[in-house]
Amino acid sequence: MRTSWVLIAALLAGCTTGTGAKPAAVADKAAPPKVNADPYPSTYKPYPGVATAIRNVTIYDGEGGRFEKGVVFFSGGKIVSVGGPETPIPADVAVFDGAGKWVTPGIIDVHSHLGDYPSPAVAAHSDGNEATGPVRSEVWAEHSVWPQDPGFSRALANGGITTLQILPGSANLFGGRSVVLKNVYARTVQGMKFPGAPYGLKMACGENPKRVYGSRGQMPSTRMGNMAVNRQTWIRAAEYKRKIDKGETVTRDLQLETLAGVLSGDILVQNHCYRADEMAQVIDMAKEFGYKITAFHHAVEAYKIADLLKENGICAAMWADWWGFKMESYDAINENIPLVAQAGACAIVHSDDPNGIQRLYQEAAKALADGRRMGINISDEVAWEWLSFNPAKALGIADKTGSLKPGKMADVVLWNGNPLSVYTRPEKVWIDGALLYDANDPKLRPVSDFELGQPGEGDTK
Amino acid sequence: MKRLLLPLLALVSTPAFAQTIAITGGKVVIGDGSAPIERGTVVIANGRVIAAGSTVAIPAGAQRIDATGKWVTPGIVAGFSRIGLAGVDGVDESNDTAAKSSPFSASLDIALAVNPDVEAISVNRAAGVTRAVVSPDAGNAIFAGQGAVIDTGADHDPITRARAFQFVEFGQTGASRAGGSRPAIFATFRNALAEARDYQVGRLREDSLLKRADAAALVPVITGAQKLVVHAESATDILAVLSLKREYPTLSLVLVGVTEGWRVADRIAAAGVPVIASAVNDLPAAFDQIAATQSNVGRMKAAGVTVAIGMIDDDDTRQAMHGAQYAGNLVALTRVPGATGLSWNDAFAAITSKPALAIGMGSEIGSLQPGRRGDVVIWDGDPLEVTSGVEAVWIDGVRQPLDTRQTRLRARYAHPQEGNLPKAYDR
Repeated sequence: MRTSWVLIAALLAGCTTGTGAKPAAVADKAAPPKVNADPYPSTYKPYPGVATAIRNVTIYDGEGGRFEKGVVFFSGGKIVSVGGPETPIPADVAVFDGAGKWVTPGIIDVHSHLGDYPSPAVAAHSDGNEATGPVRSEVWAEHSVWPQDPGFSRALANGGITTLQILPGSANLFGGRSVVLKNVYARTVQGMKFPGAPYGLKMACGENPKRVYGSRGQMPSTRMGNMAVNRQTWIRAAEYKRKIDKGETVTRDLQLETLAGVLSGDILVQNHCYRADEMAQVIDMAKEFGYKITAFHHAVEAYKIADLLKENGICAAMWADWWGFKMESYDAINENIPLVAQAGACAIVHSDDPNGIQRLYQEAAKALADGRRMGINISDEVAWEWLSFNPAKALGIADKTGSLKPGKMADVVLWNGNPLSVYTRPEKVWIDGALLYDANDPKLRPVSDFELGQPGEGDTK
Repeated sequence: MKRLLLPLLALVSTPAFAQTIAITGGKVVIGDGSAPIERGTVVIANGRVIAAGSTVAIPAGAQRIDATGKWVTPGIVAGFSRIGLAGVDGVDESNDTAAKSSPFSASLDIALAVNPDVEAISVNRAAGVTRAVVSPDAGNAIFAGQGAVIDTGADHDPITRARAFQFVEFGQTGASRAGGSRPAIFATFRNALAEARDYQVGRLREDSLLKRADAAALVPVITGAQKLVVHAESATDILAVLSLKREYPTLSLVLVGVTEGWRVADRIAAAGVPVIASAVNDLPAAFDQIAATQSNVGRMKAAGVTVAIGMIDDDDTRQAMHGAQYAGNLVALTRVPGATGLSWNDAFAAITSKPALAIGMGSEIGSLQPGRRGDVVIWDGDPLEVTSGVEAVWIDGVRQPLDTRQTRLRARYAHPQEGNLPKAYDR
């Protein structure tokens, strides 16, 4: 676990366990309860699986590796071995022969609102934007997620999505905390939470926050207003963190707790930002306050500053060909993703959409082909990093998932053809080694509570 | 990189009258649902298709274009779109799709509003879309106004057929526009048609709900001279629309959206009403789409419905080119157990000849049958495959430029570092 919950707990508990220099009268009183840094803990447990081997398939391992007539073997929920045809398969395991098929790591979408903007999209379900103030870092997306959103199943069955980050929306400069989920239905959100995944902080640049608040005659109404509110907020957060670090007593402030978590490096910044110039501003702001931006999302103009992104170690999460829906998406180009990858920066394909999440592999294929037509030659297996390993990095979980490496979670998709083709669909999807979708078995097709007893229940969708 | 260097000058120097062109050696797709023809030839002259097939005589003097190893097809027809009506959707001043506070509705005519200079035209042209069914969006009434069929050519004459249809919202959106319920849609609709009849015979009352212009605009709808394109999604709403046909037998109905069409496919087929369907809706995104499935189009087709693919409410101002990807996804379904998809031939027809037929222009556009307009695309691969690209486009027999703002930006930022002069000097 790269970012440590222990660190957060220590940080937040600093006021009670710190110095010993406190007056005895205070120390003698019952100590205030320690702040629990993980009050809604994951209860996710991998579902039972059987030791499984898939052989005779083309494998993209997610970190640029490729095997022809390859073998993937997983057991106990973990990848055991991945390799060419000579890779040994134990005698007593289920073996799938996958001639003509492909195996990849499960796809990870770093930008989804499934559950907090679920289907049906009625006002009663609209739980993605706490648009009541530009700074709402105190809200947590997991407290909005409806685990019965039918969208999760479409992302699984049609999209091969095994992990996804649910973000609050972009109405606010500070939208709140994200949550990373394994794509399994559960009765509770806690039952979906990716164990040990760090929290993210959703931030937003540009048109959305200034429109939402500007239209109410409230700050921010301009881009300079965006930056001013951001900076004033970071000043407050830095002061809050300083007090905690010094062991001073502070009144708990959920808003500032999240921001202090960013400043201490435990919470990852996931920053909605389209324009190159604004991304550069935000990079400078991060330096001003000493935090790190993990990824720019919707980075439509990333191609203009791919060198800057590389230099600062920031991922760009992008669409293949969305453009023109608002002013800050006007300069979109189809080669954005390959141009960022070519510059050596971390490129990610993301969806922000309950339909797009079902076709991320097709979006990667489009971008790859457009890049090749302009002379950027990236292999299929390297391009797969845009779909699994790079998003895993941006979520702080690359040590656990995102590629088919021994010891990692067995999040695996068997595709019925080349997964960079429009004609291909997932045939089987395993999450932590458990078979959770099988195109050949109608019983392995999740039906959410909402869909049960309604027209179309259990259809192939 | 080569394509983007096609100079803008080519646009200026394009002859107004196209010459005779023979495209040879390619895999030719007619677009009518028939199988691709290996090593076929397509001949266009005077802006029309003269012949397409495996044994085609090439007229003397024809310009020959070798398409060996390529695919040659009719241009994609966007089955339902709002292309040309918005520069940037989110910039209200540049968006003419809906007139939310106009006193007029049915009479609104988009023909003079289609702007061939907006980026959506060039981007879709470069992606192989040559014609589009363009509809207004309903503002504050169930009737949105009169849509057109356009081409995406790089010229100032986009209209193929003005006032090709009237667009009306039924179902969920119609209910909100009519005052809050589905019964209000029918009351509004019946009243509007009654007042249009009054207008037709010179008896429109002073206190009519319809403006005179709107009543006048509905006369060709009543007579069936103009298509009535109706948006409905749920099985219930679809059946309600079909019932209009019993009440008003002369209406020339077309259904759009139709997410739950598969549940009443036999009845749509029996009514003989063509459908322009949203192809890959599979989420219960609204209560009138609870039974959404990607098998919808395939099941309707199997039941005998004429089905085209359209993009209502799906980035319809800009992303019509996604129709080809959606068609490919319907082919993918043929390999998913329990799903119903389309054969490749039917899927390609669903984005070419079928939308043309649905809107009543099957004899003009949407295929490479002789006599159709000379809208031809050369692709570097299977046009339904997402990795394929467009190499050449003709509209009405005129070769089109394929550069766009996007290709210009691509060239400018192929190497993002600063040069000797700012990027503003790179062009």
